[in-house]
Amino acid sequence: MKISYFPGCTLKANAKNFEDSALCSLKKLGLEVEELRRWNCCGTVYSLAADDIIHHVAPVRNLIFSKEAKADALVTLCAMCYNTLKRANDRFKKNAEDRDIINRFMDAEGLAYEGDVKVLHLLEVLRDVVKFENLAQKVVRPLKDLNVASYYGCLLVRPKEIGLDNVENPQVLENLMSALGAQPVDFPHKTECCGAYQTVDNPRIVAERTYQILTSARSRGADVVAVSCPLCAFNLDTRQKETVDLHSDFEKMPILYFSQLLGIALGCPVEALRFDLHDVDPKPVLKRKGLI
Amino acid sequence: MRVNISQKKIRDAFVVKIEELSGQKILACYQCGKCSAGCPAVSEMDILPNQVIRYVQLGFKDELLKSKSFWVCASCLTCNARCPKGIKIAEVMEAVRQISLRKRKDYVKIPTLTDKQKEEVPPIALISSFRKYTS
Repeated sequence: MKISYFPGCTLKANAKNFEDSALCSLKKLGLEVEELRRWNCCGTVYSLAADDIIHHVAPVRNLIFSKEAKADALVTLCAMCYNTLKRANDRFKKNAEDRDIINRFMDAEGLAYEGDVKVLHLLEVLRDVVKFENLAQKVVRPLKDLNVASYYGCLLVRPKEIGLDNVENPQVLENLMSALGAQPVDFPHKTECCGAYQTVDNPRIVAERTYQILTSARSRGADVVAVSCPLCAFNLDTRQKETVDLHSDFEKMPILYFSQLLGIALGCPVEALRFDLHDVDPKPVLKRKGLI
Repeated sequence: MRVNISQKKIRDAFVVKIEELSGQKILACYQCGKCSAGCPAVSEMDILPNQVIRYVQLGFKDELLKSKSFWVCASCLTCNARCPKGIKIAEVMEAVRQISLRKRKDYVKIPTLTDKQKEEVPPIALISSFRKYTS
């Protein structure tokens, strides 16, 4: 299977811990990925307005590059990239009129676009291509006694026709954590919005959400929270500073990318896991559990 | 709140524009309130998501554009997933934002953001904020 890898902006900047740990894990699993040539911004948010086709040019250009690379699938790690690319692909597959408009606009790309690129999230590759039972056999350091609450946020699961799992009660992250030997912790806020981009102009909203989400995970016994979106990660991790100011009873919680936990279990070196990039240091709890 | 209901408002071009931009049939909503019940942002809103729909149904353009609810909505799509009538409330919120933005009324004014605000957040936050909040 030839996989094109689409990193997106934040994995090359603030979320190197996400990218490095995922690439190391893929190597350990024997999966070859090739970074998409000349990739550009995915658009970050899918425009919901019916006539706003210009805002789909960015994701479609990436999809065309993926077609040119003759890859079987375009794989993303970031939940927002996944959503934007997959929704744009889906829209132009289903809507011939819009497809025609965008193809006429984008004729410089030299390849007609038909909405026929397979967009996958890394979690889908692990679940459907590698399969969790095979993954479990490659675990060299089981995440024994680590209680992991998995936080999906919005864009991995919604809308229903795009999401990679059940829209109200997704399980893929919990199943992955079980395969890695961790104890999955179920909590009711796992698909509640973190406040997303409001972190720019109104961090207080995000700090309040962080309080709700992390207090809920803590009350269910979580040691860490696993995420798959660099914006959720920033909001839940960095905005804990503001959360402490708002709520004196708040207890800080380490936020990890699921790929970092995968990396630990598969024996990736600590340099690839980049625990130095966290605001709330996850090392004490990982050391206490004997994982690093 | 004292309001004036009229055929003129209900048939206003504003209602037609919202339906066109959102692709939704606004009168399909029977005001069950499920969207508001599940919305994680209601504590920050001045009118609830189902009221946003009601305002559109009645053509309350000025009242709606004055509210802050459609700016607080972060398009998490929980309401869309739960609406028993299949109405995409998030698309209606986007339509209201677009109507405001297309008159060049930016919600986030980029020149007024401080260096700290711009530097502390990852690129994904800035780009999505500007995509949603500026024209």
